[in-house]
Amino acid sequence: MTAPAVPATAGVRDLRARRVAVYTVGGVLLVVGVVLSAGLGQLPIGPAEVVGSVLRAVGIPNGWAPADPLIEQTLWQIRFPRIAMSLLVGGLLAVAGAVMQAIFGNPLAEPGVVGVSSGAALGAAAAITLGLTFFGSWTTALVAFAGGLGATLIVYGAARSRGRTESITLILTGIAVNAFAGAGLAVLMFVGDTASREQIVFWQLGSMNGSRWPEVGIVAVVGVVATAGTIVLARRYDLLSLGDRTASHLGVHVERLRILSIVLVALLTGVAVAFVGIISFVGLVIPHLVRMLIGPANRPLIVASFLGGGALLVYADVLARTLLPSADLPIGILTSLIGGPFFYWLIRRSRRGAGGWS
Amino acid sequence: MTAGAIAYALDGVGYRIGDAEILADVTLEVAYGRVLALVGPNGAGKSSLLGILTGDARATSGSAVLDGRPIGAYRGTDLARRRSVLLQSNQVSFAYTVYDVVEMGRAPWIGGPGDLDDEPLIRDSLERTDVAHLASRVFSSLSGGERARVSLARVLAQNTPIVMLDEPTAALDLKHQEDVLRIARDLAAQGRAIVVVLHDLSLAAAYADDVAILHEGRLVAFGAPADVLTETTIERVYETPVRVMSDPDTGRPVVLPRRQR
Repeated sequence: MTAPAVPATAGVRDLRARRVAVYTVGGVLLVVGVVLSAGLGQLPIGPAEVVGSVLRAVGIPNGWAPADPLIEQTLWQIRFPRIAMSLLVGGLLAVAGAVMQAIFGNPLAEPGVVGVSSGAALGAAAAITLGLTFFGSWTTALVAFAGGLGATLIVYGAARSRGRTESITLILTGIAVNAFAGAGLAVLMFVGDTASREQIVFWQLGSMNGSRWPEVGIVAVVGVVATAGTIVLARRYDLLSLGDRTASHLGVHVERLRILSIVLVALLTGVAVAFVGIISFVGLVIPHLVRMLIGPANRPLIVASFLGGGALLVYADVLARTLLPSADLPIGILTSLIGGPFFYWLIRRSRRGAGGWS
Repeated sequence: MTAGAIAYALDGVGYRIGDAEILADVTLEVAYGRVLALVGPNGAGKSSLLGILTGDARATSGSAVLDGRPIGAYRGTDLARRRSVLLQSNQVSFAYTVYDVVEMGRAPWIGGPGDLDDEPLIRDSLERTDVAHLASRVFSSLSGGERARVSLARVLAQNTPIVMLDEPTAALDLKHQEDVLRIARDLAAQGRAIVVVLHDLSLAAAYADDVAILHEGRLVAFGAPADVLTETTIERVYETPVRVMSDPDTGRPVVLPRRQR
């Protein structure tokens, strides 16, 4: 019986080759994007100088490194932190999206479903309108993070009954909480003064502007820990695709896995949006594209989604900075502009596809 | 797992959801090396009883013991290494291939004592259920019968001493129905305990060592097919006239509804 064995093994080998190709292309795209993004701006910096400066920073002396301290300062104090933030936020949002889709068995799930984004927006608006400053300049981010986590816990707590959570109940509860947070946001904008109203609007549009290293550091630490957690759980996500009961027959503690994963999603999304505001559709689009390229297995999916999400936002940020002369377009506008039509296409395609949501 | 040893011992098991009594006073034993068929009309409590055996549901009265320990005392992975379950409906979200799905049956053994080379076992399971030619196809693109067989292959790959099948023949054609029950017999011959929920009484009679008839949540008969599947019992439980004949080849009972011309 070797004849039927051939296609399966060939398929596996083919899939491995595709995974390597996707990692490589993703990595190259990312590096090119970083160098490109670092070079563009009011002060143009050549790719060689960018690479030289990075090499010098990691302790490799070379001839490309820029001699001008102004270039050095622009790179390390303005552009690199902003690029690092774009990369991290894009990667974390994509990972959070992949996890949401895995635990709900639905490619249309995204972190916003459980209220993270709207909770964070409500938190940020409260901090801005009420003029909270107990953590200095980080107050808005901190309250936004708390709002995102809080909204998620409320959604999850309300959707749970008799120790179980049904996906549909969770999604409908999410809609209710999202609507409530939207109303709260409207109230805060109504009572706030013009300046805070403007600040809230721009926070919601999302921007990488003014990212600094300490903020990048926090996003990196929380994000890397949470991403590592999702990679550990990835095999169990695969089993969830068989349905809750069959997954539990294979030894997965389904309810515990869901709770843990939703907390991880809240951490990933919360820390990402806290500093840069709402950036939608990355979590929806990237995991779906990656799944089409390398199949649904969750461990490679999560890793490739991180790369893809990071690359997408690095490029989106380049566009945001350069599309309009002398203006910094909010990056959230760009991702929604691309994401909206894609989402529509996704729905059409999923409905057409044989065998339902694949 | 020695043939004849007791896998499950249920004693006076009852199961209630709110005020509804689903199962009452069920006492039976499931032995290694035997095929037990659970039969009964719709709503008799077959699936609930299976749920108690799998550990999905907890008996609200009586005791349910697996290998000498209450079922509730096992951890998820321990249970997954002892019993595998084929449910009635089998769906897979996302585009996993048939091979991927069958490989998932190996999950409970990863990092454990049974962590062998999985590939031969997976391939063997695919061949026994006649789906090796589908290995690289996407599961959700298969027909109902193919999905049922692939899911059975997943159950075989789990390689457990106890195998539970909930209406495994429902979506299958005649050949594959017989194939599935032959596989069940082979598994029992290896010393495994098989519990299979069936609607087709003749199929149950032909392949099971023991038949348990459930009716309104109670066990009304338990024993060898020829002793249990009698006209009087079946007519009382199913409320429809039947004729029970003897298969000329095997001597096993064949159950036919009596029909008017």
